[in-house]
Amino acid sequence: MGMAAESQFHVLAVDDSIIDRKLIERLLKTSSYQVTTVDSGSKALKFLGLHEDGATNPNTSSVSPNNHQEVEVNLVITDYCMPGMTGYDLLKKIKESSSLKNIPVVIMSSENVPSRISRCLEEGAEEFFLKPVRLSDLNKLGPHMLKTKFKDHNQKREKQEEKAAFQSPKRQEQEEQHQHQQQLLQQQSNNNKRKDIEEGLSPERTRPRYSGITAAV
Amino acid sequence: MLGLGADRLRADMNRLLAFLFHQGILDEQFLQLQQLQDESSPNFVSEVVNIYFHESEKLLRNLRSLLMDREFSDYKKMRIHLNQLMGSSSSIGAKRVRNVCVAFRAASEQNNRAGCLRALEVLEHEYCFLKNKLHELFQIEQQRVLAAGVRYPMQN
Repeated sequence: MGMAAESQFHVLAVDDSIIDRKLIERLLKTSSYQVTTVDSGSKALKFLGLHEDGATNPNTSSVSPNNHQEVEVNLVITDYCMPGMTGYDLLKKIKESSSLKNIPVVIMSSENVPSRISRCLEEGAEEFFLKPVRLSDLNKLGPHMLKTKFKDHNQKREKQEEKAAFQSPKRQEQEEQHQHQQQLLQQQSNNNKRKDIEEGLSPERTRPRYSGITAAV
Repeated sequence: MLGLGADRLRADMNRLLAFLFHQGILDEQFLQLQQLQDESSPNFVSEVVNIYFHESEKLLRNLRSLLMDREFSDYKKMRIHLNQLMGSSSSIGAKRVRNVCVAFRAASEQNNRAGCLRALEVLEHEYCFLKNKLHELFQIEQQRVLAAGVRYPMQN
């Protein structure tokens, strides 16, 4: 196919709840992702190589302009409600950073608040998951991470092709194949995003909050 | 003769689980936890549940000491503890405990101290019940694993 065999995708999970961290870690590992968990937005930014004020940490090794962190992070999944920096604040900081803005971000929340969901999606979140997160939710992550890999890969390939004086027909065919796959993934992720907005607003996805209370207060 | 005891214990476990689901004490999120347990993470459910016990008891103590304070007025602080308890209960499938938290939160939003105290009593009771039942479940599971490992010599 022309693409180097990639190691696992690496996900950074952010949640102040120790139980939810344990859960999301297990969910991600079961889905064959590499996982790092942190308990706050500021620690997440530090891990990504960014200070809270937006300046890049000069001490983390950086070889290419796209890689300010020691370890590459392919996706950030974060809780919305956290003390200090919320998940929304973290999302904003990532999208405002030139080095990090291409990292897909997913928000999790225990509350189904449509205005919250649309605000996050507008700010650039790829998905919005209601807690508790299920394994089936994580199936939606792959396309977002692949898309970034394709984009990076294509950018590199374009650079190589500029250098090459002659482009073989086989290369041309491979490039067309990549672009076609990229379109398919883009389509798929768009469909998933629409589904998520619908799920966020549909009553079925809302956890029954007041049923089954046996205690009168 | 292999593991007949294990079969019976498995039946006991399923009966207890069915009871807990039927009574609304646990919901399908607990099943999700069980599905995440496998050879690579064989004690996942008990690990998570033990963390839940540890965290919940801390939160319940905080709630009680807040409400027992005669000068108590910080409902916002109380809601922070409550939201944490609600979230973690939801994450492990502790449906009844979570629902009591919701009622508790409603009382706190009305600054209803007496209502909060009543809710806390119910919460402590439900939590105790849940803890006992889950301990029972883990005990049966442990026995089942042991029984399944028993091998009797073949008679020739």
